[in-house]
Amino acid sequence: MLSIQNVAKRYPNGTLALDRLSLSVEQSEILALVGGSGCGKSTLLRLISGLDHPTGGTIDLDGAPVRQPRAEIGVVFQEPRLMPWLTIDQNVAFGIRHLPAAEQKKRVVEALARVGLAAYAGHWPRELSGGQAQRVALARALVGRPKALLLDEPYSALDALTRNDLQEHLLDLWADDRPTLILVTHDIEEALFLADRVVVMRPDPGRILSEFRPHLARPRDRLSGEFLDWKNRLLAELGKAQRPLGGDEKYPAAAI
Amino acid sequence: MFRTAFFLKGNWVLALALPLALAGGWELAVAAGWANGRLLPTPSAVYTALAALAKTGELAAHVQATLARVAVGFALGVLAGTFFGAVVGYWSAARRFLDPTLQALRNIPSIAWVPMFILWFGIFETSKIILIAVGVFFPIYLGLSDAVRGVDRKLVEVGRIFRFSHREMILRVLLPATLPTYVSSLRSGLGLGWMFVVAAEFMGAEQGLGFLLVDGQQTGRPAVILGAIVAFAVLGKLTDWLLAAAAARLLVWQDAFKPVE
Repeated sequence: MLSIQNVAKRYPNGTLALDRLSLSVEQSEILALVGGSGCGKSTLLRLISGLDHPTGGTIDLDGAPVRQPRAEIGVVFQEPRLMPWLTIDQNVAFGIRHLPAAEQKKRVVEALARVGLAAYAGHWPRELSGGQAQRVALARALVGRPKALLLDEPYSALDALTRNDLQEHLLDLWADDRPTLILVTHDIEEALFLADRVVVMRPDPGRILSEFRPHLARPRDRLSGEFLDWKNRLLAELGKAQRPLGGDEKYPAAAI
Repeated sequence: MFRTAFFLKGNWVLALALPLALAGGWELAVAAGWANGRLLPTPSAVYTALAALAKTGELAAHVQATLARVAVGFALGVLAGTFFGAVVGYWSAARRFLDPTLQALRNIPSIAWVPMFILWFGIFETSKIILIAVGVFFPIYLGLSDAVRGVDRKLVEVGRIFRFSHREMILRVLLPATLPTYVSSLRSGLGLGWMFVVAAEFMGAEQGLGFLLVDGQQTGRPAVILGAIVAFAVLGKLTDWLLAAAAARLLVWQDAFKPVE
């Protein structure tokens, strides 16, 4: 279980990005963090990953504090972040370098097969499309068999069709090992399609505004009335979560 | 394959066109009596001088001596430049401590080191090789330390997520990410190695192309001087080509702009 207790993050310039935020995530739960720009959801993900440190509070995974990146926590970023000088199979093996060579090879073959890119093992990242590259990033994060997988707007740069495909694909992959998934997204539909629980955050400083457990049967149908009802409820909640207009933020809808 | 071979051949023809045209023009100008060719000997005179040196085995010995000095000096300069460039690029404390001194040393003209190096290391090989290594060191140090600081933070974060040690981060993320800049630095360093070997061989060498320059001047043989200069140009270009060809295999992953034909 992931436990976040009274976590705060103040940046050196004085900005308070998160303030006394508490959240528990059960093993194998799929949790979506949504909210407008600047509400601290990506900051929270960086703290959970161990890339950044909270200035207050604690984050524990299965009772052990997270102070730096841990093998049990995998991360998929907004961009694939593949090493351009490594072939696809070498990129996937990047995170399991400590394993014996034979085991590495076996896991890489399996991981690439799971994301449907077995034929691309020897290719360079530049030869892949955006969606394929993101699937490689997912394979790289999953090949170490993490207990928790953090996804920071992983599909936001992709077209709608590819995004829908990859969301379904993510659920298929999740069903194999059932890691805890924490997903940061701007996309309400993505959150509703994937998550057991949706946490809405609000900015200035970043805090939890509300939580929803959409009781929708799986596989979820994006066009069902129930799904659309939930979507509208969440959109209304997100409207409340928006910071007041000011400065450059003249287009609040773009931030959702 | 045919296409590649054809274009490679085409590249050579294009590359040689300008020097051959200049050489041919000069040869014609002297033959026509428009110039006397005494202080700037004709290509045929330079060829004759080089052929005579080659026949006695002198040319091979000079080339070998110079090549050996450049090779050892370059290797030492590359090792030191890579080590300090990586360390100074990676650790800000090392940068604050070392970089100001190294930058000050960088601005000292190479010739200024000659008397000190002769005093410290003697007149023989050691001082020559160290002088060349100094010349090679700075472009590599500067290029690599700057390039490391410019590596995409996002790639470094991937290394951090996978809990890379400092050594792994340098070897598996930072150095590969800086490879294109590093290769350019190596080529600059090699070019400076060829420049510094001349200064080094002016320090009382008994063999080497630099010695041949001095010898040609002291014995009044401009064709020998020009022959040594041509040899420097050919060897410098050849070694640079070899380095670039070897590096091209390591940079095949680059998603780079292809210059227009």
